[in-house]
Amino acid sequence: MYTQAMDTMSKEDGGSPKAVRSADELAHQQRFDERIDAGEFIEAKDWMPDHYRKTLVRQISQHAHSEIVGMLPEGNWISRAPTLKRKAILLAKVQDEAGHGLYLYAAAETLGTSRDQLFDALHSGKAKYSSIFNYPTLIWADMGTIGWLVDGAAIMNQVPLCRCSYAPYARAMVRICREESFHQRQGFESLLTMMTKGTDAQKAMVQDAVDRWWWPSIMMFGPPDADSPNSEQSMRWGIKRISNDDLRQKFIDATVEQARLLGVTLPDPDLKWNEERQHWDHGAIDWQEFWQVVGGDGPCNRERLSARVKAWEDGAWVREAALAHAAKGEPLRRAA
Amino acid sequence: MSGAASKAEWPLFEVFVRSKAGLDHKHCGSLHAADPQMAIQMARDVYTRRQEGTSVWVVRSDQITASDPGDKAAYFDPMEDKVYRHPTFYELPASLDHM
Repeated sequence: MYTQAMDTMSKEDGGSPKAVRSADELAHQQRFDERIDAGEFIEAKDWMPDHYRKTLVRQISQHAHSEIVGMLPEGNWISRAPTLKRKAILLAKVQDEAGHGLYLYAAAETLGTSRDQLFDALHSGKAKYSSIFNYPTLIWADMGTIGWLVDGAAIMNQVPLCRCSYAPYARAMVRICREESFHQRQGFESLLTMMTKGTDAQKAMVQDAVDRWWWPSIMMFGPPDADSPNSEQSMRWGIKRISNDDLRQKFIDATVEQARLLGVTLPDPDLKWNEERQHWDHGAIDWQEFWQVVGGDGPCNRERLSARVKAWEDGAWVREAALAHAAKGEPLRRAA
Repeated sequence: MSGAASKAEWPLFEVFVRSKAGLDHKHCGSLHAADPQMAIQMARDVYTRRQEGTSVWVVRSDQITASDPGDKAAYFDPMEDKVYRHPTFYELPASLDHM
């Protein structure tokens, strides 16, 4: 979901690699390139080009922010889940998102940026998070649909990141992917239950949710390859492994059959099997909407950010008290 | 780890988890906590949500001394030519193959 980070980079500062300066740096650069070409992993304390570091901080922190903000749309339904079972599942899923955010912040911090700096960037609106979380969760069927489509798209995007050249990020992704497979399955199962055992009104609500989430979900893979200027460098560095369009196609191909099993219609009249390509063709994507949401003007951007900032500010006294308490206990522990 | 960390930031801890009795503790990640007790509690929530562990160690990251990656070659490569430290170096009669 989160390679969107690279697509928005060129629009901000520092989008292009700096010229190499000294002979020493040139040697480092060459050694680094050789390691990347050999498929080696880069660790936190290894030499790396500034632009590689900067790209990673941006991508990993945006990924982390997405996990954290991603708790908000689903948290909205915890207290209103229809059964205790669904409530426990949703709680576990939201708790996982928190955990994933923490793994990723820790990975970003290995690159020399503090947690507080990362939070500042999110809270001030300087850093982005995935566009998908700026859409509202209006009905219970949105929970299942997010699991099926949004987590499905995220997994499609995240699996190749397990082979990212930056090892702390790759390790975090392995853990995340392992935990996240239940997210998509629980969503599909929740929708399937409503489609097979539900009333006509409930089935109509599932279709309504799919109608609203389909296009934002396929936008999660980011703009078309032709409009994704930073992708090439990131591919070269092994930060990104598969292009936006290829991942999107893979997702659509997998999802069409799932929709049929579920008995819902995907809201794209141009969705057609292409015998020659052996892929599904899809209709035009409204990229204007995508850039509008990324730019801060989606249905829920302000609400999400203010909820996040409020949670951070309301928790300030707890963080301070915990530190004060720890400082008080320090001499005692030493004496013991 | 970072000089940029502000004073109000909780210190960083490294987390080690023993996945089951008989195995060693393995590094699995890091987290911020106000003190070691809290770090243990949070490590349980962050790293063992699916019974991944039976025991957790935490240690403040700034208490770890590590080898310098720049010295990697000088430190570890001299072992490369000491193949006689491995059992496969010694050719024995086939009848003794399992020695």
